[in-house]
Amino acid sequence: MSDHAVRRIRLVISHVALYLVAAAFLTPLVYMLATSLKPADEVFQSPPSLFGSLVRWENYSETFEFLPFGKFVLNGLAVAICGTIVVLVASAMSAYAFSRLRWRGRDGFFLVFLATLMIPQEVLVVPMFMLMKWFGWVDSFQALIFPWAFTAFGTFMLRQFFLTVPEEISEGARIDGAGSVRIFTSIMLPLIRPALAVLAVFTFINYWNSFMWPLIIINTVDEKATVPLGLSLFVGQQGTQWNLIMAASVISMAPTAAILILLQKHLIRGIATSGLGGR
Amino acid sequence: MSDDAIARPAAVAGRRRPRLRRDGRAAAFFAAPSMIGLTVFTLFPIVLSLVMAFFQWPAVGERTFTGLENFTTLFTDPVFRRALLNTLLFVVLYLPLNLIVSVGLAVWMGPRIKGRKALRVVFFLPVVTPMVANAIVWRMIYQPNGLIDGSLYAATGTHAPNFLGEPGWAMFAVVAMSVWQGFGYNMLVFSAALDAIPRHLLEAAQIDGAGPWRQFFRIMLPMISPALFFASTMTLITSFQVFTQPFLMTGGGPGMDTETLMMFVFDKGFSIYQYGLASAGAWILFVLILGVTAVQFVGQRRWVTYDV
Repeated sequence: MSDHAVRRIRLVISHVALYLVAAAFLTPLVYMLATSLKPADEVFQSPPSLFGSLVRWENYSETFEFLPFGKFVLNGLAVAICGTIVVLVASAMSAYAFSRLRWRGRDGFFLVFLATLMIPQEVLVVPMFMLMKWFGWVDSFQALIFPWAFTAFGTFMLRQFFLTVPEEISEGARIDGAGSVRIFTSIMLPLIRPALAVLAVFTFINYWNSFMWPLIIINTVDEKATVPLGLSLFVGQQGTQWNLIMAASVISMAPTAAILILLQKHLIRGIATSGLGGR
Repeated sequence: MSDDAIARPAAVAGRRRPRLRRDGRAAAFFAAPSMIGLTVFTLFPIVLSLVMAFFQWPAVGERTFTGLENFTTLFTDPVFRRALLNTLLFVVLYLPLNLIVSVGLAVWMGPRIKGRKALRVVFFLPVVTPMVANAIVWRMIYQPNGLIDGSLYAATGTHAPNFLGEPGWAMFAVVAMSVWQGFGYNMLVFSAALDAIPRHLLEAAQIDGAGPWRQFFRIMLPMISPALFFASTMTLITSFQVFTQPFLMTGGGPGMDTETLMMFVFDKGFSIYQYGLASAGAWILFVLILGVTAVQFVGQRRWVTYDV
């Protein structure tokens, strides 16, 4: 056989093996999807099968009756959207101040910002809980939105992008009489729209997926739980109904999975260039 | 900015001073939300947690300064020591496995692979889906009669071990699930780094007769070493804080086999309300992370190449 043919065969084998690995990798998610459509008594059938005796779409509607799961979804969306807005506004504003405005102490303050990146959120949960107690925010939506919205990461990332905007553009507008607010809203922000989008998506995902903090701060779970917290309750229920739990899991994954698939190009570029979302 | 208020000759002031003054005010406006937020929700909690670590600080009742007592209590507490060891074991198993799988797949999914973009999305999927959902699915896979046990029994007639319930298995099960969930992120970082390697370098090596392994160790690995450093540091930091996977899959069991430091802090803080003890535990965790990260930074000089 020619060298060329050997290489072609190798490439084909490489492809097949890689696709098999990917299929194996997806097994847990396929298993989840399959179980979510089975009748309860067929979940642990032996041997395990992909399909039950029937496809039971009712599992999905029953999920919303079993627990107030609809409320959890709405809570989760509201918290994630509000949190994302707070993060974007605060980060974009301070990133602008730290990159394009001249003021005394700028670099010193920026160093303090950077230093706080070193502190893992998890180290702060206990004092944060105390703070929430003093604010009277325990068991509230504010407590889900604000405490983790002011990490330095967004500021740091957007500042990098503001710095790539040529100085002449903003200075030109200034000479034409535009104020800082005007320059910020109508020149700088539109120019870094891709960066804002990437930050927004990762922030939304982080809020939506967050588990430990809601577990700590939310007491009236039936009223205020977000999706991961609500989902963890299913598991604790007596006589665990795995088909319903899997349906709820599918629902919990749907928004972030959809975002990933729709915006894959931007997200992947965002990670490659800035190391975003490192969880 | 007080000197801005002093009147200056128009010729001097006309050019620079008014601009500076305007920036100062604008900067105060633009930086305020983040500065206030960071002070209230990050800087203050850092100080508070340091204070709490030196107090006996119950949820209700008297708070008393106890000096280092929380720390001595922790280091003599067998549960804490076990949690510390478990966390180290998790990190020691998880970090290399994560890096090997993510580098391996990133290299495998080179430019000649068709559909590599779709494959990247596939491997990245569990990174963005809720950890709670991932953990619950894996619990179902691992448990007796679950996917692994059920398939094995149907195929061979023997039962698989109870992965989450048997000592000796539980930690490995948690690590395996965590690698599945997390490596996609690093894989993307490495894919981007590999794609940035100039093609002519690899082609030249190939012409010189370097085999795939030699190309990997002599060219690819050094070229992606900055990415490797970044990814391993980030992964190290997050893996020390492992919580959700053992919390939902094993509850720290069997016995204390999968109890981690973060679970210990959570338990002390929010199950028995010993905030002082919990804060001290969190600081030990933080100092541990800081120490290991520092070692990483010092060690990087030996193996990270920033230019070729």
